[in-house]
Amino acid sequence: MSLCDLSLAEVRDGLRRRDFTSVDITTACLDAIAELNPKLNAFVTVTGERALEQAAAADRRLAADEVAPLLGVPLAIKDLFCTAGVRTTAGSKILGPFVPPYESTVTANLLRDGAVFLGKANLDEFAMGSSNMTSAYGAVVNPWTRRGDNAQLVPGGSSGGSAAAVAARLAPGATATDTGGSIRQPASFCGIAGIKPTYGRCSRWGIVAFASSLDQAGPMGRTVRDCAIMLASMAGHDPKDSTSAEVPVPDFEAACERGVRGLRIGVPREYRSDAMAPEIEAMWQQGLTWLREQGATLVDVSLPHTKYALATYYIVAPAEASSNLARYDGVRFGLRREGADLQELYENTRAAGFGDEVRRRVLIGTYVLSAGYYDAYYLRAQKLRALILRDFTEAFTKVDALVTPTAPTAAFAMGEKMDDPVTMYLNDIFTVPANMAGIPGLSVPAGLDVSGLPLGLQVLGKPFDEETVFAVGGAIERSANFSTLPSLRAGALS
Amino acid sequence: MSFTLEGRTGPWEIVVGLEVHAQVISKAKLFSGAATAFGAEPNSQVSFVDAAFPGMLPVINRECVAQAVRTGLGLAAEINLESRFDRKNYFYADLPAGYQISQYQMPIVGQGSVEIVLEDCSVRHIGVTRLHLEQDAGKSFHDRDPALSYIDLNRAGVALMEIVSEPDIRSPEEAGAYLRKLRSILRYLGTCDGNMDEGSMRADVNVSVRKAGESFRTRCEVKNVNSIRFVMHAIEAEARRQIEVWEDGGQVEQETRLYDPSRGITRSMRSKEDAHDYRYFPDPDLLPLVLDPAWVERLKSDLPELPDAKRSRFMRDYGIPAYDAGVLTVDQAVADYFEIVAKGRDARLASNWVTGNLFAAMNETGKSIDDAPVPATHLGQLLDLIADGTINGRIAKDVFEAMVESGEAPEAIVEARGLRQLTDTRAIDTAIAQVLDANADKVAEYKSGKEKLFGFFVGQAMKATGGKANPAAVNEALKRALS
Amino acid sequence: MALDPATVRRIAKLARIRVSDEEVARLQTELSGILGWIEQLNEVDVSGVAPLAGISHQRLPMREDEVTDGGRPDAILANAPARADHFFTVPKVVE
Repeated sequence: MSLCDLSLAEVRDGLRRRDFTSVDITTACLDAIAELNPKLNAFVTVTGERALEQAAAADRRLAADEVAPLLGVPLAIKDLFCTAGVRTTAGSKILGPFVPPYESTVTANLLRDGAVFLGKANLDEFAMGSSNMTSAYGAVVNPWTRRGDNAQLVPGGSSGGSAAAVAARLAPGATATDTGGSIRQPASFCGIAGIKPTYGRCSRWGIVAFASSLDQAGPMGRTVRDCAIMLASMAGHDPKDSTSAEVPVPDFEAACERGVRGLRIGVPREYRSDAMAPEIEAMWQQGLTWLREQGATLVDVSLPHTKYALATYYIVAPAEASSNLARYDGVRFGLRREGADLQELYENTRAAGFGDEVRRRVLIGTYVLSAGYYDAYYLRAQKLRALILRDFTEAFTKVDALVTPTAPTAAFAMGEKMDDPVTMYLNDIFTVPANMAGIPGLSVPAGLDVSGLPLGLQVLGKPFDEETVFAVGGAIERSANFSTLPSLRAGALS
Repeated sequence: MSFTLEGRTGPWEIVVGLEVHAQVISKAKLFSGAATAFGAEPNSQVSFVDAAFPGMLPVINRECVAQAVRTGLGLAAEINLESRFDRKNYFYADLPAGYQISQYQMPIVGQGSVEIVLEDCSVRHIGVTRLHLEQDAGKSFHDRDPALSYIDLNRAGVALMEIVSEPDIRSPEEAGAYLRKLRSILRYLGTCDGNMDEGSMRADVNVSVRKAGESFRTRCEVKNVNSIRFVMHAIEAEARRQIEVWEDGGQVEQETRLYDPSRGITRSMRSKEDAHDYRYFPDPDLLPLVLDPAWVERLKSDLPELPDAKRSRFMRDYGIPAYDAGVLTVDQAVADYFEIVAKGRDARLASNWVTGNLFAAMNETGKSIDDAPVPATHLGQLLDLIADGTINGRIAKDVFEAMVESGEAPEAIVEARGLRQLTDTRAIDTAIAQVLDANADKVAEYKSGKEKLFGFFVGQAMKATGGKANPAAVNEALKRALS
Repeated sequence: MALDPATVRRIAKLARIRVSDEEVARLQTELSGILGWIEQLNEVDVSGVAPLAGISHQRLPMREDEVTDGGRPDAILANAPARADHFFTVPKVVE
């Protein structure tokens, strides 16, 4: 067993016990990246030298018996987080050689707590995508393959690089962001855990914005506990983000062990559909059975507007994105394509800088906000959003958490679902409602499909009650005892 | 009241509404911690928020909110305890984010009103539709390179109050009076310095014309006019242009225009190609702005006395006429100056001295009231010297001039120059006797009925005493001597 | 709702993205497909529902009026694709 196989909690504890050094584990990760990244394309930028400096500094602090939550622990950082002095691309050409002069609050919190950054993880362009196929820096390859089939699969998206890096053991943990499922869906596709916390739990300051009212940062790890450990460092009130919540950060790690005895677990009936693959349905039932066996009560609940969440999302998110992405105009940073006048400069720059999916969403967003269409689209979507939130609020008067599948399918092959945009959008059908309502959602690996690909279960909780979400996720994880490994991973014969 | 412009087809009324952009007085910008001072080095007062770098987020400045509330209270307007920030989306070189954060649907201040007094002392109330907070844009310089515009973002993100009037204004004079009154209120409140030449107060002028009794015709917006005089000129120029269009059988197109002061005309703006579709929507980076009613009350109780209230008080307490009271209260510093001078003295005399001699001296020396050519305490002392008979009114004017020149107190000047009023009747009688002796012919004429000559004798007697004689005593002594 | 080519061009112009004729045709199909799918929302009765712009759990926080930023024009201009001295530059804008 190599150091790369250790969970984040094991790395942390091993470092504290001086079983190995931060330079040891960081070197092991960097070696694994050197070996596997050419195949996976999980990292856009690897900051090896910087990582080793940070690791050496962490080792000195460890040697001085300093204790910090993540001291010496190497992480991958989704390339949507601005990192001071390190190129940040958002997976887009339009940011060009942009080097932020500032550190995002979330990554600054991780650095404060002693983390070592291995590099910047690949992602769908501006986090818009569910396959990581829209990255301007190339697709990410899922470390998993179907049994008896070498077809390259997508890792999901938009945090595909983060998910692949953690699943392939290039890093014990990674930061990610989730606007409509970008943490949970790739976690499910790659057989790892990931949580989108409550809107406002993590600061958005310094994260390249996609849709401001939906974006949330969160961790990805191989275990629920690893996610809990990372989230504790990432979270916290930030006066620089007006939507950051002024609430204390509880002991998430401890919550993972709470168990589910006495908890009421809601099963939203609208998530069930005839179109759902039988193995997804079976896994869901299995998960619910595990929870009942561990002492939870299952409660049938209704979220009548949840089926409209995805279409609502495709008004709200593009609308906000069309405005958020207006700043990429070739004037102050990033790519610039000259033109005869300023308008041409704008049009040339943005045509050259934005990929197809970003372009589509910017145009949809522009359209739904434009004169004459605002009421029919954007205003209606806001009202639907109110109804979606109301559904959850009512459900949470009856239950402590909800459990659903994370995604309607397992990972699909590259090139599949590319025929029309809506087919791709349907990947997020189970994850989007949590973003619309701002509630926390965790994906935890729960089983395999017939071809041996991982499937995740999603746990949704009340606002700022990530502790219950971790408790339920921990319980599923213990019962599932998910131990299958992806074919592409550090240390495996390839 | 019924101002009209004469066209070929008869008289036309003009209808004007003003959108005033008033830069909020605050140390830092509306949504960032960068400074707001005027005239700094390019891009030296810019945060990454102002330059719209990736991932940067706005956090509102409490003082800017307070300033908007104070202004709303000063305009006797409703304060909306819940308001909201929207994004106004458009691309422009000096708009870094591609949107301006503004308040579209739910402004912080609702309807209010401004009272204006016109030349003929008539009073009108101009309705204020709303006041909202928004970000200023940066500044483009077009004259530094033949092919390029230079962009400085120092002003980007500075808080502005947009104060929108109802289309209640009917003449250039009213527009001028409205702007002066608004500026006066803003300065009293300390919420905007009103310096139009530094761009901290600018007006967009909506102009239309109509025949008497008609409802509104199409209006044009003349953007960014930066002096009160230009606003008045622009209104007339634009109204005349529209009258010509209508009278030539054309249609006035609703459009944005610019005023060219050098040519005294308005012209269409070229950079308005896409019919503006601003795609306003609530800024998802900000939450609704909810004000604590107790906080608003506190701001209200801390407001200074405003020009209208002060004017009424001056009329009531000092017994000075409305016009003078209006003049004295335009500027708070002038009003304060006046009150120092008037306290315990003849207030009408004080008013005459401030609006007459002091203002003239300010004009001549180019000094402002904050750096007044004569301190208020000195002017007060001068009035005391008149009141107690130490000097007469004529000498007082000379003393005042000497005060402006030397900066010395009036007593010192009177003493040094021996300007005390002559009240010694023997000296006056002696002077009169000399005057009558020297003008025996005129005395004879006077006695034969040419009584007009009395004034001549007074003048000569005053001259003989070096102007220092008490004019009343001279009168009496002369009457005695000539009878 | 099917978009016509003129609408696609108008939106692209508003969004300042240059689109070629072939792209207009493709975008017309794609965007119409997305908007058609979104039309399912019309089956929901939203009368009397207050619109929800975002998930807020608190009041808008306010910052004190202190100068805490600025004074680093070099950092502001460091990523600029074109500049002159301490100014950003763009092709001349005619007002």
